[in-house]
Amino acid sequence: MQIRILVFGQLTDIVESSTLTLADVKDTDMLVAELNRRYPALAAVKYMVAVNKKTIAGNTILNEGSTVALLPPFSGG
Amino acid sequence: MQEKNLYKRYGRQMILKGFGDAAQQKLLRARLLVIGAGGLGCPALQYLVAAGVGTIGIVDDDAVTLSNLHRQILYSVDDIGLAKAEVAALKLGRLNPEVTIIPYSIRLGPHNALDIIRQYDLVLDGTDNFASRYMINDACVLLGKPLIYGAVSQYEGQVAVFNVNDKSGHKVDYRDLFPEPPREGEVANCEQAGVLGVLPGIIGTMQAAEAIKLITGIGTPLLNRLVTYNVLTNEMYEISLTTTAAGNGGLPKDEAAFLSMNYSEACDAEETSVIEIGVEQFRAISRKPSAVIIDVREKGELPLLTGFEHRQIPMSVFRKSIGSIKNDTIILFCQHGIRSLYAAELVEEVFGTSKEVYSLKGGIIKWGDELGIHM
Repeated sequence: MQIRILVFGQLTDIVESSTLTLADVKDTDMLVAELNRRYPALAAVKYMVAVNKKTIAGNTILNEGSTVALLPPFSGG
Repeated sequence: MQEKNLYKRYGRQMILKGFGDAAQQKLLRARLLVIGAGGLGCPALQYLVAAGVGTIGIVDDDAVTLSNLHRQILYSVDDIGLAKAEVAALKLGRLNPEVTIIPYSIRLGPHNALDIIRQYDLVLDGTDNFASRYMINDACVLLGKPLIYGAVSQYEGQVAVFNVNDKSGHKVDYRDLFPEPPREGEVANCEQAGVLGVLPGIIGTMQAAEAIKLITGIGTPLLNRLVTYNVLTNEMYEISLTTTAAGNGGLPKDEAAFLSMNYSEACDAEETSVIEIGVEQFRAISRKPSAVIIDVREKGELPLLTGFEHRQIPMSVFRKSIGSIKNDTIILFCQHGIRSLYAAELVEEVFGTSKEVYSLKGGIIKWGDELGIHM
C-alpha cells in the first residue's frame, strides 16, 4: 500500500522535498512514527495532519490511494 | 450618500450580477478591524477602503522601516520612522475620503483587545507573530466575531475564515488547526526565513475578497476551509476543517480567563534541561569518549577553529541533520551561545533525556582566548 504525503512550508526544509511516498503504514499514528524515525527533527515541530483533504480528529486509518498533507503553522504577515 | 454618487465611485462593482446597490449598502454599513498594517494588511486595506467598507479600524504599533517597503506597498521612503497606523490612515483617506478610518497606534494585548474588537463586525488578521494570532483568535471566539485569517512564510500562504457558522451550523477557529502556539524560534518568521514581497500581496488581497464576501453575502466564503497557496508552483491546496477537542481545550472559557492569558509567554521556550556550561566544563566534558563537539555557525563565519576536534552542523541545516548525531554527549557552540542553546533544545526534544546536551554559554566571543582562538 502506497501513501502519498504532501509537505508544506518549512517542513520541506526537514524532509527536503514537498512530496514523499511511504509504504505499509496502516494509520496516521504509524505514519507519523515512521516519519519521525526517518526525520527526527520532525518530532520537534508542530504541524497539522490532514487525510484526503480533511483534518483528522485522532488516529485515522489509511487506505490505498490516501493522500496525507502535513501543514505547519505560518506566522508571517 | 445619494445612490447616484455611489454609482460614480462604485459603479463597476455595483453593476455586477448578484452585487448591486444592496451589496454596496452592506459594505457602507460594515465595520471592519484590520490588525497589522504590514505585508498582508496594506493590500487588504487598499482594496477594502477602495470598495467602500464604511468604517475601518487599523491596529499597528510599528513604525515604517526600509525593509518593510518591498512588500508593504502603502508606504514610501518618506514614511520611514513614522507610525504605520497613522501613515496608512492618511494615505487611505486620500484614496477614499468617504470611508471612516480609525488608526490605533497601539500594541494589542489581552487588556485592550476585547474593548477594541467589540466595536467591529469582523476582524482581518494581518499580524506577523503567533502570540498575536492566538490572542486575536481567542478574542474573536469569545466575542463571536468572524475572523479572516491569513499568514505567509517564504513562498507559501494560508487563508481561512474562522468563527462563522456554515450551513450545517458548524464553525472552527485557529486552535482547531493548531491547538497550541509553537515555541519561540520553532517557526522562522519573515525576518528570519524571508518572504517574496508579492506573496503577502496575494494573500492579503484574498483576505480582502473574503471580507467583502462575508459582508455582502455574495459567493462562498472560505468557511471551515483552509487554503494553502504556493507562489512558486501557483498551486492551491484546500483542506476541510473540523473542530477538535484539543482546539477547544486551549480556548479561554470567558473574558476573565482571557484577561489572565499570557500569550507571549505561551510562545516562549518550555522548561528545558539543557545545561549551559563555561569553558572549564567544556574542557572536562569534551574529554569523555562519548562526547562530540559541534559548531552550529554557518559556513564562512569567523574565526575558524583548529584547536580541538569538532563537527560543523550549521543552524540552517541543523534540524534535518539531528538524526546524524550518534554520540551520547553533545556539546554545542556558536558565536554567542544563543543559536547553540536553541540547537541544544532541538536535540533534547528529539532524543529526550537519552543524551546529555550542553551549550557553551557566551560562545566563542566570550571564551575564544581560553580555547586558544585568536580573534
